[in-house]
Amino acid sequence: MDGKKTPLYEEHNLLKGKIVNYAGWLLPVQYEGLVPEHNAVRNAAGIFDVSHMGSIFISGKDSKNFLDHLMTNDISKLNQNQIVYTFMCYPDGGVVDDLLVYKYEDERYFLVVNAANLDKDFQWLLDNKGDYEVEFDNISQDTCILALQGPLAEKILQMITDIDLSLLKFFHFNEKVKVDGIEAMISRTGYTGEDGFEIFVKNDDVVRIWKKLLEVGSEFGLKPTGLGCRDTLRFEAALPLYGNELSKEINPLEAGFKFFVKLKKESDFIGRESLVKQWENGLERKLVGFEMIDRGIPREGYEIYKGDTKIGHVTTGYMSPTLNKNIGNGLILIEESELDSEIEILIRNRKAKAKVINKNFLKDR
Amino acid sequence: MNVLKNLYYTEDHEWLKVNGNEAYVGITDFAQEQLGDIVYVELPEVDDELDKDDVFSAIESVKAASDIYMPVDGKILEVNEELLDAPELINTDAYENWIVKIELTDEAQLEELLTSEEYEEFIAEEE
Repeated sequence: MDGKKTPLYEEHNLLKGKIVNYAGWLLPVQYEGLVPEHNAVRNAAGIFDVSHMGSIFISGKDSKNFLDHLMTNDISKLNQNQIVYTFMCYPDGGVVDDLLVYKYEDERYFLVVNAANLDKDFQWLLDNKGDYEVEFDNISQDTCILALQGPLAEKILQMITDIDLSLLKFFHFNEKVKVDGIEAMISRTGYTGEDGFEIFVKNDDVVRIWKKLLEVGSEFGLKPTGLGCRDTLRFEAALPLYGNELSKEINPLEAGFKFFVKLKKESDFIGRESLVKQWENGLERKLVGFEMIDRGIPREGYEIYKGDTKIGHVTTGYMSPTLNKNIGNGLILIEESELDSEIEILIRNRKAKAKVINKNFLKDR
Repeated sequence: MNVLKNLYYTEDHEWLKVNGNEAYVGITDFAQEQLGDIVYVELPEVDDELDKDDVFSAIESVKAASDIYMPVDGKILEVNEELLDAPELINTDAYENWIVKIELTDEAQLEELLTSEEYEEFIAEEE
Protein backbone atom coordinates (compact mmCIF):
# COMPACT_ATOMS: atom_id res chain seq x y z
CA MET A 1 0.00 0.00 0.00
CA ASP A 2 1.28 3.45 -0.88
CA GLY A 3 1.24 6.29 1.57
CA LYS A 4 3.19 8.27 4.11
CA LYS A 5 4.23 6.60 7.33
CA THR A 6 4.29 8.19 10.74
CA PRO A 7 7.27 7.28 12.97
CA LEU A 8 4.89 4.90 14.78
CA TYR A 9 4.19 2.78 11.70
CA GLU A 10 6.23 -0.19 12.91
CA GLU A 11 4.59 0.00 16.35
CA HIS A 12 1.17 -0.21 14.69
CA ASN A 13 2.28 -3.33 12.85
CA LEU A 14 3.68 -4.88 16.03
CA LEU A 15 0.30 -4.29 17.67
CA LYS A 16 -1.42 -5.95 14.67
CA GLY A 17 -3.08 -2.73 13.54
CA LYS A 18 -5.14 -3.09 10.36
CA ILE A 19 -3.51 -0.44 8.17
CA VAL A 20 -5.47 1.74 5.74
CA ASN A 21 -4.64 4.78 3.66
CA TYR A 22 -6.27 7.79 5.30
CA ALA A 23 -5.69 11.21 3.72
CA GLY A 24 -2.47 9.86 2.20
CA TRP A 25 -1.21 8.34 5.47
CA LEU A 26 -0.85 4.68 6.38
CA LEU A 27 -2.62 4.44 9.72
CA PRO A 28 -4.42 1.73 11.70
CA VAL A 29 -8.20 1.69 11.37
CA GLN A 30 -8.27 -0.72 14.31
CA TYR A 31 -6.12 -3.08 16.38
CA GLU A 32 -8.19 -5.62 18.31
CA GLY A 33 -11.52 -4.24 17.08
CA LEU A 34 -13.51 -1.06 16.70
CA VAL A 35 -16.03 -1.75 19.44
CA PRO A 36 -13.65 -2.74 22.28
CA GLU A 37 -11.45 0.23 21.38
CA HIS A 38 -14.45 2.57 21.33
CA ASN A 39 -15.52 1.28 24.75
CA ALA A 40 -12.00 1.63 26.15
CA VAL A 41 -12.09 5.37 25.37
CA ARG A 42 -15.57 5.82 26.87
CA ASN A 43 -14.79 3.83 30.02
CA ALA A 44 -11.02 3.96 30.57
CA ALA A 45 -8.60 5.38 28.00
CA GLY A 46 -7.29 4.97 24.48
CA ILE A 47 -4.24 6.27 22.70
CA PHE A 48 -4.35 7.43 19.07
CA ASP A 49 -1.50 8.24 16.71
CA VAL A 50 -2.73 11.47 15.11
CA SER A 51 0.65 12.50 13.74
CA HIS A 52 -0.94 12.93 10.31
CA MET A 53 -2.62 16.13 11.51
CA GLY A 54 -1.08 19.35 10.21
CA SER A 55 0.71 21.81 12.50
CA ILE A 56 1.59 25.34 11.47
CA PHE A 57 3.17 28.16 13.48
CA ILE A 58 2.10 31.73 12.70
CA SER A 59 4.41 34.48 13.92
CA GLY A 60 5.06 38.15 13.34
CA LYS A 61 3.62 41.38 14.59
CA ASP A 62 0.33 41.14 12.68
CA SER A 63 -0.36 37.53 13.70
CA LYS A 64 -3.45 38.35 15.75
CA ASN A 65 -5.06 40.62 13.14
CA PHE A 66 -4.21 38.24 10.34
CA LEU A 67 -5.85 35.31 12.13
CA ASP A 68 -8.89 37.39 13.04
CA HIS A 69 -9.23 38.20 9.35
CA LEU A 70 -9.24 34.48 8.43
CA MET A 71 -11.00 32.87 11.38
CA THR A 72 -14.70 32.93 12.25
CA ASN A 73 -14.02 32.76 15.99
CA ASP A 74 -12.70 35.74 17.96
CA ILE A 75 -8.92 35.37 18.14
CA SER A 76 -8.48 38.75 19.90
CA LYS A 77 -10.23 37.36 22.99
CA LEU A 78 -7.80 34.46 23.41
CA ASN A 79 -5.60 34.39 26.49
CA GLN A 80 -2.05 33.14 26.46
CA ASN A 81 -1.97 29.32 26.50
CA GLN A 82 -5.62 29.15 25.54
CA ILE A 83 -7.05 27.32 22.50
CA VAL A 84 -10.14 27.93 20.35
CA TYR A 85 -12.03 25.83 17.86
CA THR A 86 -12.74 27.82 14.70
CA PHE A 87 -13.45 27.70 10.99
CA MET A 88 -11.71 29.31 8.04
CA CYS A 89 -14.33 30.15 5.44
CA TYR A 90 -14.47 31.06 1.78
CA PRO A 91 -16.12 34.36 0.88
CA ASP A 92 -19.43 32.50 0.32
CA GLY A 93 -19.31 30.99 3.83
CA GLY A 94 -18.28 27.49 2.73
CA VAL A 95 -15.59 25.94 4.90
CA VAL A 96 -11.88 25.81 3.97
CA ASP A 97 -11.19 23.84 7.15
CA ASP A 98 -12.08 23.50 10.80
CA LEU A 99 -9.13 23.81 13.13
CA LEU A 100 -7.74 24.67 16.54
CA VAL A 101 -5.81 27.89 17.18
CA TYR A 102 -3.34 27.89 20.08
CA LYS A 103 -2.18 31.25 21.42
CA TYR A 104 1.46 31.31 22.55
CA GLU A 105 1.62 35.11 22.67
CA ASP A 106 0.26 38.07 20.71
CA GLU A 107 2.81 37.54 17.97
CA ARG A 108 2.87 33.77 17.95
CA TYR A 109 0.08 31.25 17.35
CA PHE A 110 -0.11 27.58 16.44
CA LEU A 111 -2.70 25.94 14.18
CA VAL A 112 -3.70 22.28 14.15
CA VAL A 113 -5.51 21.41 10.92
CA ASN A 114 -6.93 18.38 9.14
CA ALA A 115 -4.35 16.21 7.37
CA ALA A 116 -6.38 16.09 4.17
CA ASN A 117 -6.57 19.88 4.11
CA LEU A 118 -3.02 20.80 5.10
CA ASP A 119 -1.74 21.78 1.64
CA LYS A 120 -4.93 23.65 0.82
CA ASP A 121 -4.86 25.46 4.17
CA PHE A 122 -1.24 26.47 3.82
CA GLN A 123 -1.96 27.86 0.37
CA TRP A 124 -4.99 29.69 1.78
CA LEU A 125 -2.75 31.37 4.37
CA LEU A 126 -0.30 32.42 1.65
CA ASP A 127 -3.05 33.64 -0.68
CA ASN A 128 -4.49 35.87 2.01
CA LYS A 129 -1.26 37.17 3.52
CA GLY A 130 -1.51 40.51 1.67
CA ASP A 131 0.31 43.22 3.60
CA TYR A 132 0.10 41.48 6.97
CA GLU A 133 3.49 41.07 8.63
CA VAL A 134 3.29 37.34 9.34
CA GLU A 135 5.37 34.27 8.76
CA PHE A 136 4.26 30.68 8.46
CA ASP A 137 6.17 27.64 9.56
CA ASN A 138 4.68 24.30 8.58
CA ILE A 139 6.22 21.91 11.13
CA SER A 140 3.90 18.98 10.34
CA GLN A 141 6.71 16.80 9.01
CA ASP A 142 8.75 17.13 12.20
CA THR A 143 5.93 16.86 14.71
CA CYS A 144 4.14 13.84 16.11
CA ILE A 145 0.87 14.02 17.98
CA LEU A 146 -0.55 11.45 20.38
CA ALA A 147 -4.13 11.76 21.57
CA LEU A 148 -4.64 10.17 24.97
CA GLN A 149 -8.40 10.13 25.50
CA GLY A 150 -10.80 8.84 28.10
CA PRO A 151 -11.87 9.34 31.73
CA LEU A 152 -8.59 7.85 33.00
CA ALA A 153 -6.34 9.84 30.64
CA GLU A 154 -5.23 12.30 33.33
CA LYS A 155 -4.39 9.57 35.82
CA ILE A 156 -2.27 7.73 33.24
CA LEU A 157 -0.44 10.72 31.81
CA GLN A 158 0.23 12.12 35.30
CA MET A 159 2.39 9.09 36.10
CA ILE A 160 5.04 10.20 33.62
CA THR A 161 4.54 13.98 33.54
CA ASP A 162 6.32 16.66 35.58
CA ILE A 163 3.45 19.20 35.87
CA ASP A 164 0.21 18.91 37.85
CA LEU A 165 -2.23 18.00 35.07
CA SER A 166 -5.28 18.73 37.22
CA LEU A 167 -4.36 22.41 36.82
CA LEU A 168 -4.40 22.22 33.03
CA LYS A 169 -7.90 23.36 32.05
CA PHE A 170 -9.96 22.19 29.08
CA PHE A 171 -8.85 23.92 25.85
CA HIS A 172 -5.59 25.13 27.41
CA PHE A 173 -2.03 24.01 26.80
CA ASN A 174 1.40 24.00 28.37
CA GLU A 175 4.41 24.04 26.05
CA LYS A 176 7.03 23.35 28.69
CA VAL A 177 6.23 19.90 29.91
CA LYS A 178 8.45 16.87 30.37
CA VAL A 179 6.78 13.59 29.53
CA ASP A 180 8.98 10.70 30.61
CA GLY A 181 11.78 13.26 30.70
CA ILE A 182 11.18 14.36 27.12
CA GLU A 183 10.17 17.88 26.14
CA ALA A 184 6.60 18.08 24.95
CA MET A 185 3.66 20.41 24.50
CA ILE A 186 0.43 19.15 26.00
CA SER A 187 -3.06 20.45 25.37
CA ARG A 188 -6.27 19.39 27.06
CA THR A 189 -8.14 18.76 23.85
CA GLY A 190 -9.49 15.87 21.83
CA TYR A 191 -11.99 14.54 19.36
CA THR A 192 -13.88 11.90 21.29
CA GLY A 193 -16.24 13.67 23.67
CA GLU A 194 -14.18 12.46 26.62
CA ASP A 195 -11.58 14.18 28.78
CA GLY A 196 -8.10 13.84 27.37
CA PHE A 197 -4.87 15.30 26.11
CA GLU A 198 -3.00 15.79 22.91
CA ILE A 199 0.75 15.43 23.27
CA PHE A 200 3.03 17.12 20.73
CA VAL A 201 6.59 15.79 20.46
CA LYS A 202 9.43 15.60 17.98
CA ASN A 203 9.51 12.62 15.61
CA ASP A 204 12.48 11.00 17.34
CA ASP A 205 10.76 10.96 20.72
CA VAL A 206 7.36 9.59 19.85
CA VAL A 207 8.04 5.85 19.90
CA ARG A 208 9.43 6.03 23.42
CA ILE A 209 6.45 8.00 24.77
CA TRP A 210 3.94 5.79 22.95
CA LYS A 211 5.46 2.65 24.47
CA LYS A 212 5.79 4.19 27.92
CA LEU A 213 2.14 5.29 27.98
CA LEU A 214 0.93 1.85 26.90
CA GLU A 215 3.14 0.31 29.57
CA VAL A 216 1.99 2.48 32.48
CA GLY A 217 -1.60 2.63 31.20
CA SER A 218 -2.26 -1.06 30.74
CA GLU A 219 -3.29 -1.59 34.37
CA PHE A 220 -5.95 1.11 33.88
CA GLY A 221 -7.33 -0.49 30.73
CA LEU A 222 -5.53 1.78 28.24
CA LYS A 223 -5.65 0.42 24.69
CA PRO A 224 -4.12 1.52 21.42
CA THR A 225 -7.06 2.86 19.42
CA GLY A 226 -7.51 3.32 15.68
CA LEU A 227 -9.18 5.66 13.23
CA GLY A 228 -12.32 3.49 13.17
CA CYS A 229 -13.35 4.30 16.73
CA ARG A 230 -12.02 7.84 16.40
CA ASP A 231 -14.87 8.37 13.93
CA THR A 232 -17.61 6.66 15.98
CA LEU A 233 -16.49 8.51 19.12
CA ARG A 234 -16.46 11.95 17.52
CA PHE A 235 -19.77 11.26 15.79
CA GLU A 236 -21.54 10.27 19.03
CA ALA A 237 -20.18 13.43 20.64
CA ALA A 238 -21.61 15.62 17.80
CA LEU A 239 -18.14 16.69 16.68
CA PRO A 240 -18.09 17.38 12.93
CA LEU A 241 -15.79 15.79 10.38
CA TYR A 242 -14.61 17.94 7.49
CA GLY A 243 -15.91 16.43 4.27
CA ASN A 244 -19.00 15.04 6.02
CA GLU A 245 -20.66 17.63 8.24
CA LEU A 246 -18.63 20.58 6.93
CA SER A 247 -17.28 21.30 3.48
CA LYS A 248 -16.91 23.90 0.76
CA GLU A 249 -20.65 23.35 0.22
CA ILE A 250 -21.79 23.12 3.86
CA ASN A 251 -21.27 26.24 5.95
CA PRO A 252 -20.85 26.23 9.75
CA LEU A 253 -24.24 27.85 10.38
CA GLU A 254 -26.04 25.07 8.52
CA ALA A 255 -23.98 22.54 10.45
CA GLY A 256 -25.19 24.12 13.70
CA PHE A 257 -21.90 25.62 14.88
CA LYS A 258 -22.88 29.29 15.09
CA PHE A 259 -21.26 29.44 18.53
CA PHE A 260 -17.86 29.30 16.80
CA VAL A 261 -18.79 31.95 14.22
CA LYS A 262 -18.66 35.36 15.87
CA LEU A 263 -20.71 37.31 13.36
CA LYS A 264 -20.46 40.42 15.56
CA LYS A 265 -16.76 40.30 16.43
CA GLU A 266 -14.77 43.49 16.08
CA SER A 267 -12.73 42.59 13.02
CA ASP A 268 -14.19 41.65 9.67
CA PHE A 269 -13.43 38.13 8.48
CA ILE A 270 -13.56 36.26 5.19
CA GLY A 271 -17.06 34.92 4.70
CA ARG A 272 -18.72 37.21 7.23
CA GLU A 273 -20.85 39.21 4.81
CA SER A 274 -22.32 36.11 3.22
CA LEU A 275 -22.86 34.32 6.54
CA VAL A 276 -24.60 37.36 8.07
CA LYS A 277 -26.86 37.59 5.06
CA GLN A 278 -27.74 33.88 5.20
CA TRP A 279 -28.41 34.08 8.92
CA GLU A 280 -30.69 37.12 8.53
CA ASN A 281 -32.57 35.68 5.57
CA GLY A 282 -32.95 32.33 7.31
CA LEU A 283 -31.04 29.15 6.50
CA GLU A 284 -32.37 26.67 3.98
CA ARG A 285 -30.76 23.55 5.45
CA LYS A 286 -29.87 22.28 8.87
CA LEU A 287 -27.78 19.44 10.24
CA VAL A 288 -29.88 17.20 12.46
CA GLY A 289 -29.51 14.02 14.42
CA PHE A 290 -31.86 11.14 13.76
CA GLU A 291 -32.60 7.70 15.12
CA MET A 292 -33.82 4.82 12.97
CA ILE A 293 -37.33 3.58 13.71
CA ASP A 294 -37.20 0.80 11.08
CA ARG A 295 -34.35 -1.67 10.81
CA GLY A 296 -31.22 -0.57 8.96
CA ILE A 297 -28.06 1.43 9.49
CA PRO A 298 -27.83 4.86 7.88
CA ARG A 299 -24.56 5.51 6.02
CA GLU A 300 -22.82 8.57 4.64
CA GLY A 301 -24.36 9.67 1.34
CA TYR A 302 -27.73 7.91 1.69
CA GLU A 303 -30.63 10.09 0.54
CA ILE A 304 -33.24 11.38 2.97
CA TYR A 305 -36.92 11.71 2.02
CA LYS A 306 -40.17 13.11 3.31
CA GLY A 307 -42.86 11.36 1.29
CA ASP A 308 -41.71 11.47 -2.33
CA THR A 309 -39.57 14.56 -1.87
CA LYS A 310 -35.84 14.29 -1.37
CA ILE A 311 -35.00 16.60 1.53
CA GLY A 312 -31.30 15.92 2.09
CA HIS A 313 -28.60 13.34 2.74
CA VAL A 314 -26.90 11.44 5.53
CA THR A 315 -23.53 12.98 6.50
CA THR A 316 -22.49 10.25 8.98
CA GLY A 317 -24.30 7.20 10.33
CA TYR A 318 -23.50 4.23 12.52
CA MET A 319 -24.76 1.58 14.83
CA SER A 320 -23.64 3.56 17.86
CA PRO A 321 -21.46 1.38 20.09
CA THR A 322 -22.22 3.47 23.19
CA LEU A 323 -25.98 3.75 22.74
CA ASN A 324 -26.54 0.52 20.82
CA LYS A 325 -28.88 2.32 18.42
CA ASN A 326 -28.78 3.07 14.70
CA ILE A 327 -28.29 6.81 14.50
CA GLY A 328 -27.09 9.39 12.03
CA ASN A 329 -26.54 13.00 11.13
CA GLY A 330 -28.37 14.39 8.14
CA LEU A 331 -28.29 17.69 6.33
CA ILE A 332 -31.94 18.37 5.50
CA LEU A 333 -34.32 21.18 4.54
CA ILE A 334 -34.86 23.35 7.61
CA GLU A 335 -38.66 23.08 7.46
CA GLU A 336 -38.36 19.32 8.04
CA SER A 337 -35.83 19.60 10.85
CA GLU A 338 -38.08 19.86 13.91
CA LEU A 339 -37.42 17.42 16.73
CA ASP A 340 -39.56 14.25 16.54
CA SER A 341 -40.50 14.82 12.90
CA GLU A 342 -40.50 11.60 10.88
CA ILE A 343 -38.21 11.25 7.89
CA GLU A 344 -37.17 8.33 5.68
CA ILE A 345 -33.69 7.13 4.80
CA LEU A 346 -33.18 5.39 1.47
CA ILE A 347 -31.22 2.25 2.34
CA ARG A 348 -30.44 0.09 -0.71
CA ASN A 349 -33.66 1.06 -2.55
CA ARG A 350 -35.81 0.67 0.53
CA LYS A 351 -37.15 3.61 2.52
CA ALA A 352 -36.68 3.13 6.24
CA LYS A 353 -38.40 5.36 8.82
CA ALA A 354 -36.37 7.52 11.19
CA LYS A 355 -37.09 10.27 13.71
CA VAL A 356 -35.28 13.60 14.13
CA ILE A 357 -33.59 13.78 17.54
CA ASN A 358 -31.04 16.00 19.28
CA LYS A 359 -27.68 15.45 17.59
CA ASN A 360 -25.92 15.51 20.96
CA PHE A 361 -26.42 11.79 21.14
CA LEU A 362 -24.57 11.36 24.43
CA LYS A 363 -26.56 14.02 26.26
CA ASP A 364 -28.90 11.62 28.07
CA ARG A 365 -26.42 8.82 28.47
CA MET B 1 -8.54 -19.23 9.16
CA ASN B 2 -11.21 -21.88 9.09
CA VAL B 3 -12.18 -23.33 5.68
CA LEU B 4 -14.55 -26.32 5.79
CA LYS B 5 -14.25 -29.24 3.38
CA ASN B 6 -17.21 -30.27 1.23
CA LEU B 7 -18.55 -26.79 0.72
CA TYR B 8 -18.50 -24.69 -2.43
CA TYR B 9 -16.93 -21.23 -2.23
CA THR B 10 -16.84 -17.96 -4.20
CA GLU B 11 -14.25 -15.25 -4.61
CA ASP B 12 -16.72 -12.95 -2.86
CA HIS B 13 -16.18 -15.08 0.27
CA GLU B 14 -19.47 -16.96 0.35
CA TRP B 15 -19.98 -20.64 1.01
CA LEU B 16 -22.66 -23.01 -0.27
CA LYS B 17 -23.69 -26.24 1.38
CA VAL B 18 -25.49 -28.19 -1.31
CA ASN B 19 -28.10 -30.88 -0.76
CA GLY B 20 -29.75 -32.05 -3.99
CA ASN B 21 -31.10 -28.95 -5.72
CA GLU B 22 -31.10 -26.89 -2.53
CA ALA B 23 -28.29 -25.03 -0.82
CA TYR B 24 -27.60 -23.05 2.32
CA VAL B 25 -25.57 -19.90 1.66
CA GLY B 26 -23.46 -17.93 4.12
CA ILE B 27 -20.23 -15.96 4.35
CA THR B 28 -16.88 -17.49 5.19
CA ASP B 29 -14.85 -17.28 8.36
CA PHE B 30 -12.31 -15.19 6.46
CA ALA B 31 -15.07 -12.72 5.49
CA GLN B 32 -16.45 -12.37 9.01
CA GLU B 33 -12.98 -11.72 10.34
CA GLN B 34 -12.32 -9.05 7.71
CA LEU B 35 -15.67 -7.37 8.44
CA GLY B 36 -15.17 -7.27 12.20
CA ASP B 37 -18.08 -7.05 14.63
CA ILE B 38 -21.22 -7.60 12.59
CA VAL B 39 -24.07 -5.43 13.79
CA TYR B 40 -26.73 -5.83 11.11
CA VAL B 41 -27.79 -8.33 8.47
CA GLU B 42 -30.34 -7.45 5.83
CA LEU B 43 -32.29 -10.39 4.41
CA PRO B 44 -34.20 -10.88 1.14
CA GLU B 45 -37.85 -11.94 0.91
CA VAL B 46 -38.77 -15.61 0.68
CA ASP B 47 -39.69 -16.52 -2.92
CA ASP B 48 -37.44 -13.79 -4.39
CA GLU B 49 -35.97 -15.16 -7.61
CA LEU B 50 -32.46 -13.89 -8.15
CA ASP B 51 -29.69 -14.24 -10.70
CA LYS B 52 -26.07 -14.99 -10.03
CA ASP B 53 -24.29 -11.79 -8.88
CA ASP B 54 -27.51 -10.10 -7.75
CA VAL B 55 -27.26 -8.57 -4.28
CA PHE B 56 -29.38 -10.67 -1.92
CA SER B 57 -28.20 -9.44 1.47
CA ALA B 58 -26.12 -6.78 3.14
CA ILE B 59 -23.90 -7.35 6.12
CA GLU B 60 -22.85 -4.38 8.17
CA SER B 61 -20.15 -3.92 10.72
CA VAL B 62 -19.96 -0.74 12.79
CA LYS B 63 -17.65 0.67 10.18
CA ALA B 64 -19.26 -0.22 6.85
CA ALA B 65 -21.90 -2.03 4.83
CA SER B 66 -20.98 -4.87 2.48
CA ASP B 67 -23.25 -6.25 -0.21
CA ILE B 68 -23.54 -10.03 -0.49
CA TYR B 69 -24.02 -11.49 -3.97
CA MET B 70 -25.87 -14.57 -5.21
CA PRO B 71 -23.24 -17.20 -6.03
CA VAL B 72 -25.62 -18.88 -8.50
CA ASP B 73 -29.13 -18.34 -9.90
CA GLY B 74 -31.82 -19.37 -7.45
CA LYS B 75 -35.03 -18.84 -5.53
CA ILE B 76 -35.02 -17.90 -1.84
CA LEU B 77 -36.66 -20.72 0.13
CA GLU B 78 -35.84 -19.61 3.66
CA VAL B 79 -34.08 -16.73 5.41
CA ASN B 80 -32.28 -17.04 8.73
CA GLU B 81 -34.39 -14.65 10.81
CA GLU B 82 -32.29 -15.35 13.89
CA LEU B 83 -29.68 -13.03 12.36
CA LEU B 84 -32.04 -10.04 12.53
CA ASP B 85 -31.77 -9.90 16.30
CA ALA B 86 -28.39 -11.60 16.67
CA PRO B 87 -26.22 -10.66 13.67
CA GLU B 88 -23.10 -11.39 15.76
CA LEU B 89 -23.84 -15.11 15.39
CA ILE B 90 -21.95 -14.90 12.10
CA ASN B 91 -18.85 -13.80 14.00
CA THR B 92 -19.31 -16.67 16.41
CA ASP B 93 -19.57 -19.33 13.71
CA ALA B 94 -19.75 -18.27 10.09
CA TYR B 95 -20.48 -21.78 8.79
CA GLU B 96 -23.15 -22.71 11.32
CA ASN B 97 -25.08 -19.48 10.75
CA TRP B 98 -26.31 -19.52 7.18
CA ILE B 99 -28.03 -16.46 5.70
CA VAL B 100 -30.44 -17.97 3.16
CA LYS B 101 -31.54 -21.32 1.84
CA ILE B 102 -32.02 -21.33 -1.91
CA GLU B 103 -33.37 -23.58 -4.63
CA LEU B 104 -30.82 -23.93 -7.40
CA THR B 105 -32.07 -22.97 -10.84
CA ASP B 106 -29.20 -24.63 -12.66
CA GLU B 107 -27.07 -27.17 -10.81
CA ALA B 108 -24.45 -26.99 -13.54
CA GLN B 109 -23.48 -23.54 -12.24
CA LEU B 110 -21.92 -25.22 -9.20
CA GLU B 111 -19.01 -26.29 -11.36
CA GLU B 112 -17.96 -22.65 -11.73
CA LEU B 113 -17.52 -22.29 -7.95
CA LEU B 114 -14.34 -22.88 -5.95
CA THR B 115 -13.54 -26.01 -3.99
CA SER B 116 -12.29 -25.64 -0.43
CA GLU B 117 -8.70 -26.18 -1.64
CA GLU B 118 -9.08 -23.51 -4.31
CA TYR B 119 -10.63 -21.10 -1.83
CA GLU B 120 -7.81 -21.68 0.65
CA GLU B 121 -5.32 -20.79 -2.04
CA PHE B 122 -7.37 -17.77 -3.01
CA ILE B 123 -7.44 -16.26 0.49
CA ALA B 124 -3.77 -17.04 1.02
CA GLU B 125 -3.11 -14.60 -1.82
CA GLU B 126 -5.54 -12.01 -0.44
CA GLU B 127 -3.74 -11.73 2.89
